[in-house]
Amino acid sequence: MATAQAPAVATPTTRTARVKKPRDRGQASMLVRVFLAVLCLLWMIPLVGTFITSFRSEQDANSTGWWTVFTHPNLSLSNYHDVIVQADLGQAFINSFAIVLPATFIPILIAAFAAYAFTFMEFWGREALFVIVVSLLVVPNYVSFVPILKIYADVHLAGQFPAAWLAHIGFGMSLAIYILRNYMATLPRTVIESAQIDGATHFQTFYRLILPMSVPALASFAIFQFLWTWNDLLVALMFIQPGDNAPITVATYQLIGQQGQNWNLVTAGGIVSLVVPILVFLALQRYFVRGLTAGAVKG
Amino acid sequence: MALKIIYALLTVVAGIGASIALYWVLNKVVELLPGPTERRLKPYAYILPAYVAIIFFLIYPGILTVIDSFKDSTSQSWVGFANFSKLLSSHDFQQTLLNTLLWIIIVPVLTVVLGLAVATLADKLSPRGENLTKTIIFAPMAISFVGAGTVWKYVYAYSSSGDQIGLLNAIATKLGHSPVAWLSLSSFHVNSLLLMVMLLWAQVGYGMVLLSSAVKGVPEETLEAAAIDGATNSQTFFRVVVPQIMGTIVTVFVTVLITVMKLFDIVFVMTNGSFNTNVVGTEFFNQLFTYFDYGTASAIVVLLMLAVVPVMWYQVRHFKREEAI
Repeated sequence: MATAQAPAVATPTTRTARVKKPRDRGQASMLVRVFLAVLCLLWMIPLVGTFITSFRSEQDANSTGWWTVFTHPNLSLSNYHDVIVQADLGQAFINSFAIVLPATFIPILIAAFAAYAFTFMEFWGREALFVIVVSLLVVPNYVSFVPILKIYADVHLAGQFPAAWLAHIGFGMSLAIYILRNYMATLPRTVIESAQIDGATHFQTFYRLILPMSVPALASFAIFQFLWTWNDLLVALMFIQPGDNAPITVATYQLIGQQGQNWNLVTAGGIVSLVVPILVFLALQRYFVRGLTAGAVKG
Repeated sequence: MALKIIYALLTVVAGIGASIALYWVLNKVVELLPGPTERRLKPYAYILPAYVAIIFFLIYPGILTVIDSFKDSTSQSWVGFANFSKLLSSHDFQQTLLNTLLWIIIVPVLTVVLGLAVATLADKLSPRGENLTKTIIFAPMAISFVGAGTVWKYVYAYSSSGDQIGLLNAIATKLGHSPVAWLSLSSFHVNSLLLMVMLLWAQVGYGMVLLSSAVKGVPEETLEAAAIDGATNSQTFFRVVVPQIMGTIVTVFVTVLITVMKLFDIVFVMTNGSFNTNVVGTEFFNQLFTYFDYGTASAIVVLLMLAVVPVMWYQVRHFKREEAI
């Protein structure tokens, strides 16, 4: 008679992900729900107020609070018309795109190559060079402004789009390499190895295999960089300066400086500058979240 | 107008095309070399443009800035430590440093606490409710600080008489108080705290997203084990969940800390540092563009870099530890 071995306690290592039991979801207490609902409402109030004000006339906006619009509506689109014509926001809008698109695309290209090298290639100094990249993540952009401004002045680059492109490329490089490399490190090595056995060069492996496989990380960094450069004020102020090439952040800032009392115009300008980032964010949140969590949470 | 669009499009295409061409050329050049050399040099060719960017935009200017901080306002002659002693002994700059320190202490801590609170509580909702909550809390991250300044002016606005257009003052007057010029209220740093609320509004979403992933990643078994041992909800939270997500908490804390140290936009747009809200970022900007004092501006940056070094050291150590797992 074979002695039956006491079965080992089934170790639950096979389900390390959190199993969603029915009792976990949708079972928040009333208190929690109310708290979260109130928080979300409060969170949205500043934005709602601005949105409403952008449709009010100058007199209304300066004499009564925006909440009175619920009892005394008097809305119009004149603010938007005025601000687009006066502050040339149409031009600023185009400028923003002209600055942001290369500033998003080029760093990704450059960082993808570097990340590939750091992940899949063996070379002397690999770890040290990568540690330098990581440590530069914390360096503030300010260190560059004064010397770069001088150099730009010498080569007559100040105020032109490439001035901002180069700056955004340089400033975003550390983060890009860090995120992409962390993601590439999670890709299955076997695929790459079999490709190399089949005689693929590094360039082919990179272009045909790694790049397509890294799309989630590329996409999430692209969104991050897009939002960052679209919303940037300081680099634009420094290197593009107010004028023909000013992007929408600088133009909106100019509105605040000059207008003093005319807050209704400023709100319309503010809402215009919010539209693109919010749309991009809403449409692509999933990638954004995935990108933020890649490499930040282990396992 | 159409001409401007075409011009912008052309510059964009040219810029992107140029960088693709750059890599193609680099690759061809390296391929021309004989086999073993090619293999050894190729990695460096791949990281070269990235490193050129970093060296040109971060390392080289950093060194130049350090040198400039020992020179006078037009960077013509050496003044030794004069810029530094002038800054550190100036009462205004000491206040600026104190303000920056307040920001650095308060904002990261609150971001982590609020982010964790929302992440944990939202986790208990149904998936749709949770998604909606998270989207709303996260949305301000997509807004530029200039846009946020516009938005929050309507909360803090002050009129000396008549109806109030700012939300806070409207509430205050309804409760019977006279209106308060919130952003000028420097006693107890109330105005700085109000500005911090703006940054929290934007950053808590970021912390919440990261911490939510971490919280969801905590193995169910540990929670069950705690429940079997008779732990209450709060005991489970603080003794089982928090230790396991400490890595993410640190990541959020450090990232927000770095953002706060560099903070410029919010203060600049709302008050430009007046009424004792000045922080290091705005001071740097004003020294450079209002006073045209390169020396002092550079000195400010050097001081900031010195403050960042411990964070950098910690970041590298944290990174190395994570890599070793």
